[in-house]
Amino acid sequence: MRRIVVVGASMGGLRAAEQLRAAGFTGQLTVVGDEPYRPYNRPPLSKEVLASEVTHAAVAFRMRSSVEDVDWRLGMPVVSSDLAARWLTLLDGSTLAYDGLVVATGLRPRRLPLPGLEDRRHVVRTLDDATRLRASLAPGVRVVVIGAGFVGCEVAATARRLGAEVTVVCAAAEPLMTPLGPDLGAELRRRHEAEGVRFLLGRTVTAFSTGISSRTAADVVLSDGSAVAADVIIEAVGSTPCVSWLDGNGLDLSDGVLCDADLRVEGRPDIVAVGDVARFPNVRYDDVCRRVEHWSIPTDTARKAARTLLGVDAPPFVPLPSFWSDQYDMRIQSFGVPGLGADDIRVLEGDMTSECAVGYHRDGELVGVVLLGLASAIPRYRKLLMDATPASV
Amino acid sequence: MKIIVDMDRCQDHGQCVFSAPEVFRLNAEGHLEYESVPDDSLRDAVEEAADVCPLQAITLEG
Repeated sequence: MRRIVVVGASMGGLRAAEQLRAAGFTGQLTVVGDEPYRPYNRPPLSKEVLASEVTHAAVAFRMRSSVEDVDWRLGMPVVSSDLAARWLTLLDGSTLAYDGLVVATGLRPRRLPLPGLEDRRHVVRTLDDATRLRASLAPGVRVVVIGAGFVGCEVAATARRLGAEVTVVCAAAEPLMTPLGPDLGAELRRRHEAEGVRFLLGRTVTAFSTGISSRTAADVVLSDGSAVAADVIIEAVGSTPCVSWLDGNGLDLSDGVLCDADLRVEGRPDIVAVGDVARFPNVRYDDVCRRVEHWSIPTDTARKAARTLLGVDAPPFVPLPSFWSDQYDMRIQSFGVPGLGADDIRVLEGDMTSECAVGYHRDGELVGVVLLGLASAIPRYRKLLMDATPASV
Repeated sequence: MKIIVDMDRCQDHGQCVFSAPEVFRLNAEGHLEYESVPDDSLRDAVEEAADVCPLQAITLEG
């Protein structure tokens, strides 16, 4: 294998390049990305980058010296591919041939398919998104956040701390309902409300319009017929895998890129996928293929996928996913896959109103733990999860 | 190999401790302590610890 092309220049693409070198690849490495920046860390985008003037340098990933000779093609998306001929076409019409390919194109934010108020509507996925949003946040500005997942809740907290009047609209009965369950979701809502955030739950957005709540207002119109005046609207309603450049090659792209347990794109010995675009089975839990949108996953998948592509032996891939979320002064940390144990949620330790550990069980077996504070307990619960879902295959 | 942790950035997530327990630890107060010049045989583990730091506060020299 003389030339490997990595498509996607975020965390997964960088880690893949580093791991290819670590696994012994000495050939030519090209990393193509649609953003104009070298890889940077996204979690600060909903927090520090909104709160103060943060430059790319402050959020750029540390890079291993082994990737100093990488050929970076930035600000230039891949638009199509011919996997049988092993070449890619870039936006400017140029082509790029490869012997090995790493799919690391990640996600883009889902947008509400409703017209109107375009100049007030934001998403938070890229550094440019966050920079643009920062410019419109200020004390007293009326912010409507649509969606109450982690991005929505973090942005709401940051905007509130900046003095904005924040309303969160979400379809579910509680914020963070799907990942955390109703009780922890309700507790987090109370904490946001204590900070002054207003929640409009069980409602969806039906239109963006003007002149409803008052003659001059710009309004977010909701499914119950009410209208909320908004200076700034943030759409935080999930993400869609960036896979259209792989169309026409007979791959299963129904939800990201379908991979085997070694992260090989099905039936393609010369292609692997990394990060949250990869749909793979984690045999620590079962043989169901899933995408995992956790911060730990790009690094974990890159380590395995690089060795799969090069044919280098590596242990079975059985990651313990983890992520964290900072909102106000509280830290939420998650280990394992709480979503698999949503039907049997128990407080394992502490009290939800202060600090606690919450366990998520499937068939009586612990599959995920979420900690609210309680940082000193992390090693203990991590070990408990490792032992409860052994990585033996 | 020399390790530098930007303690202004570090928020005591402790991810580095799982990757390189010989080098990083959280003390009784939950704050990070580390060996700044570890044995070279630990390089892979330290690289991994730097990779998984949520704040990207760990750098390696040499």
